[in-house]
Amino acid sequence: MKNDSLAISIASGKGGTGKTTLAVNLAAVAGEVTLLDCDVEEPNDHLFLDVEWGESRESCVPFPRVDTNLCTGCGECRRVCRFNAVVVLGKQPLIYPELCHGCGACFIACPEKAITEVDRAVGIVERGTFREIELVHGRLNIGEVKGPPLIEAVKDAAAHNGRAAIIDAPPGAGCPAVEAVRNTDYCVLVTEPTPFGIHDLEVAVEMARQLGVKHGVVINRSDIGDDRAVRFCEERGITLLGQIPFDREAAEAYSRGELLVDALPKYRETFGELWQSIIKEARGA
Amino acid sequence: MKIAITSTGNTSDSEIDPRFGRAKFFMVYDDEKDSYEAIDNVQNVQAAHGAGPQATQSVADAGCGAIITGHVGPNAFNALKMAKIEVFTVESGTVREAVDAYKAGKLKAVDSADVEGGWV
Repeated sequence: MKNDSLAISIASGKGGTGKTTLAVNLAAVAGEVTLLDCDVEEPNDHLFLDVEWGESRESCVPFPRVDTNLCTGCGECRRVCRFNAVVVLGKQPLIYPELCHGCGACFIACPEKAITEVDRAVGIVERGTFREIELVHGRLNIGEVKGPPLIEAVKDAAAHNGRAAIIDAPPGAGCPAVEAVRNTDYCVLVTEPTPFGIHDLEVAVEMARQLGVKHGVVINRSDIGDDRAVRFCEERGITLLGQIPFDREAAEAYSRGELLVDALPKYRETFGELWQSIIKEARGA
Repeated sequence: MKIAITSTGNTSDSEIDPRFGRAKFFMVYDDEKDSYEAIDNVQNVQAAHGAGPQATQSVADAGCGAIITGHVGPNAFNALKMAKIEVFTVESGTVREAVDAYKAGKLKAVDSADVEGGWV
């Protein structure tokens, strides 16, 4: 693998620990890089970058359409659906779009070939640039529940472009977070030293472990709680990549939508060093 | 006609279960034979999503023309409507009491979902 095409995911169990702050500021010091905002329910990386927007593309998932003239109501589609999305009532299949995962099992299973795939839009993928950053993000349609296919589309949009990628994952450790972290070369887990932070860090570490993604921890607002995050990393043998103390000026700059590395020059060094340690860890040196 | 009553147990003396999709049991009452039959709904109780539609499938497959339950969500309601299954609601009591109230014409049919999906 080429070093410059590393994919680094930024994740956390708990929301609000500083994933976005880390992602945008690392991107700003990383040189030529692709920043993928995979928090498709509420993408916000662009708020910190003066983005010149380019292409925008609708993202779709396959959805089954039943030809009622061909359907015999045999119920095979219902039997193979793992997601309880199909019921067959009065010899008529009824498919729930919000339950369908677009897996395609029913298309294959239908003995009458009565089911065809149609595209159902779930959101849009937008691209733009800011300085040396290429930003790609997804925006999930309102009311839509299936983020993972859109996250996959965001990640695909930047695959094989030869640049390093920073992937800002959604919070949690559910399907959307898993989709964002999956197949990345390294995962940076951002936490805060509070009971909530540690509890959810533990869940996030387990996610990264099960995905087989190498990972390390950054403790944000490292002086607001106690030393349990440090102890947690020591006990588990997890690399502690860095600690960022609470800083009122940084919080103010954030609230104005500014990059910390622009607003407060000392953070150029903080994030520059952090990026170097992440790259080093990701390369396995 | 057969009527499915959502139930916390597998006898006609069990308390009704106010949930439809995730009811523990469906007690199917056959008014021609005046008899009860229990359907275990364990599969739907554990389902991550889509319990309401699948529960509808179960009662439709059992040949029921009506259900008596506590509450019905929107997904279940659409499926029930499509299956032409009437919906009656009760607050509490046993399965047998619910059937007696139904037979006495004391239960009113409902014509829309009364709770959000996945309310319990």
